[in-house]
Amino acid sequence: MKLLPLAYIARNLWVRRVTTLLTAGGMALVVYVFATVLMMSEGIRQTLVATGQPDNVMALRKGAGAEINSGVDRGQAAILESLPGIATGARGQVLLSKEPVVLNNLPKRGSGKPSNVTVRGTSATGLELRPQVQLVQGRMFRPGSSEIVTGRAVAEGFQGAALGETLRFAGRDWTVVGVFDSGRTGFDSEIWGDAEQMLQAFRRNAFSSIVFRLTDGSQFEAVTKAIAADPRLTVEAKPEIQFYAEQSEALATFISILGTSLSVIFSIGAIVGAMITMFAAVAQRTGEIGTLRALGFRRGAVLLAFLCEALLLALVGGLLGLLAATSMQAVNISTTNFQSFAELAFQFKLTGRIVWQTLAFALFMGLLGGFVPAWRASRMKIVDCLRAA
Amino acid sequence: MLFYLKLLLRNAFRHKLRTLLTLVGLVVAVSAFGLLRTIVDAWYAGVEGSSSTRLVSRSAISLTFPLPLNYAQRLKAVDGVASVSWANWFGGVYITERNFFPQFAVEPASYLALYPEYRLKDEERLAFIRDRQGCVVGRKLANKFGWKIGDQIPLRGTIYPGTWSFTLRGIWDGAEAKTDESQLLFHWGLINETLRKRYPGRADQVGVYIIGINEPHNAAPISQRVDALFKNSLAETLTETESAFQLSFVSMSEAILVAVQAVSLIIIVIIMAVMANTMTMTARERLAEYATLKALGFGPGFVARLLFGESLLIALVGGVSGLLLTLPLAAAFRAAVGTLFPVFQVSELTMALQLLAALLVGAVAAAWPAWKMSRISIVAGLRQVA
Repeated sequence: MKLLPLAYIARNLWVRRVTTLLTAGGMALVVYVFATVLMMSEGIRQTLVATGQPDNVMALRKGAGAEINSGVDRGQAAILESLPGIATGARGQVLLSKEPVVLNNLPKRGSGKPSNVTVRGTSATGLELRPQVQLVQGRMFRPGSSEIVTGRAVAEGFQGAALGETLRFAGRDWTVVGVFDSGRTGFDSEIWGDAEQMLQAFRRNAFSSIVFRLTDGSQFEAVTKAIAADPRLTVEAKPEIQFYAEQSEALATFISILGTSLSVIFSIGAIVGAMITMFAAVAQRTGEIGTLRALGFRRGAVLLAFLCEALLLALVGGLLGLLAATSMQAVNISTTNFQSFAELAFQFKLTGRIVWQTLAFALFMGLLGGFVPAWRASRMKIVDCLRAA
Repeated sequence: MLFYLKLLLRNAFRHKLRTLLTLVGLVVAVSAFGLLRTIVDAWYAGVEGSSSTRLVSRSAISLTFPLPLNYAQRLKAVDGVASVSWANWFGGVYITERNFFPQFAVEPASYLALYPEYRLKDEERLAFIRDRQGCVVGRKLANKFGWKIGDQIPLRGTIYPGTWSFTLRGIWDGAEAKTDESQLLFHWGLINETLRKRYPGRADQVGVYIIGINEPHNAAPISQRVDALFKNSLAETLTETESAFQLSFVSMSEAILVAVQAVSLIIIVIIMAVMANTMTMTARERLAEYATLKALGFGPGFVARLLFGESLLIALVGGVSGLLLTLPLAAAFRAAVGTLFPVFQVSELTMALQLLAALLVGAVAAAWPAWKMSRISIVAGLRQVA
């Protein structure tokens, strides 16, 4: 079967520029929403998954879903410290950090609306456990003092959290002596200070979570067995990566469900737009269709030509929408993560998979919108077509 | 006038399929727009349902820090305070995490007195106050899980370790449509006794104090008095009206809300593009007709009015159908999400906005073709026929 040349198809779109642009524009908007939502879920996942380190293990009180609900007293922390299989650091200390984690309600810069920020008490060992954390301004807090360092997103987003400013909580003034960057992970949304000072200030006698590094990943089984076998321990250990992945689940799932259902509803509008455009194209070119058929082009060729036109239209829309979505990567957003009840800053992340999904979605819309008109075009009688011309 | 309407109708439905498709697009857009607005409204439902005679006092650090129990007596002595009650967020899990609903450990008698909009039968109220293991739930929640009076409701604690079981003693109905019916309340004394035995350091602590005041306009000075009372103590308070307290939860998810609102605007723009497209085609096809009308002596205004009327007519039909479709859609959505949103209703404002949006789309879509057609030269128009 002889096919119609692609140039003919593309030129047809070009002849009716305004209509093509309007239809493609509508599709582009739908595609843009679709891509942005996927990018948002992906951004939340990547941020939190990258927060965990492969060999780190996190111990929380049994049944506590988040660090702020958990409590591990000093006695249990000491028992955990003596477990076999925990790595030792450069200074010969056990690589284990006992951390109180609390939420602090701070006003955002600009809007002044308060939101919860995670405040973590940690130590030099805690830093060693998280190699991705690097100071970018100022210095580290001195142990045993009311000094704090803030994550990049907190320093930018909250009042009183930038270098040299002070925050007042738990009856003290805490001076920000440094700002750290954790390579776009969840720690960017945290404030760190000295663990013992935090416990005193918040009048707590229990840590929230215990983080330690294993000599190697295969030790995990042995450690969990040891914890389960010890009746004094009421904690449960999880690989850090798994813990943070679970923290991202609720929010990421919520956003993708919301976004996908919206995209599906929207796409109906875009499909209708494509259909109207293609029907008009068929109506306008009745004479042409007759001529083509009279020249010997088969029905299939005509069907394919019009279908390709609809797909090309959708592709233009899809690419425009993707282009707009790409520019979203520069945007930072920050919202409350349902599971940890604390602020989390993340970016829109575009991955190859999202690009394919988006383009497939656009072409699918074009296919649905273009099929009926193309079918109708191929079914016309040659005589009638030529008469209409 | 009647002739006009007839002409518009005939014109609008000359291309049955195209007009039908446009209508489908409009209906989808208008109902989606309405649904999105309703979702945003539902976020704010907690704010809408709050009373102006209640203040909420929490720890100044953040909601996760408790306040001492002895504050209750000191709060009662503050000038302007009529009654004091307290509540702790329990955060338990019913069977699986998916069945999320709020649970509060409260001081029963004073708490229910502060919330008169929770309508309980007198005997149910008494049974709940008497039974230390008892609990009460809202009607919506009871319907969702099919609970009856006397049922045992087990909850797995996340903040308070262990599995807790409560006996259902009462089901309240909301006084108004905006009243929350998706909570579970039980005795604060029950968790406190357990904490005293097992974790003495965590006992006698309160999540938030709810303060009843006599005069709504005194909310600000009373809040200041309360916060001044505990200034520089180990547990400073932050006191605000109940609606401000609820609003702080909404503003936490602001980024998501802004996105949803942006999307509901985008949907209107999309349908504008589709509709403008239709009207441009309509105008292009009928060039010769308009030229004929002008040759007969009809002015440019008449031609513009024809196009506008046709566009607005389609928009109105689509808008009204979309509006009617929103109601069953909202009902289905409400059934699907269950207790995620305590209140889910399509407001009158939303309906008005839906119609307005539809008419706006109709007007914008016709603007460019109408302007172009009214300026067309008769000769050029008539040439099209050939």
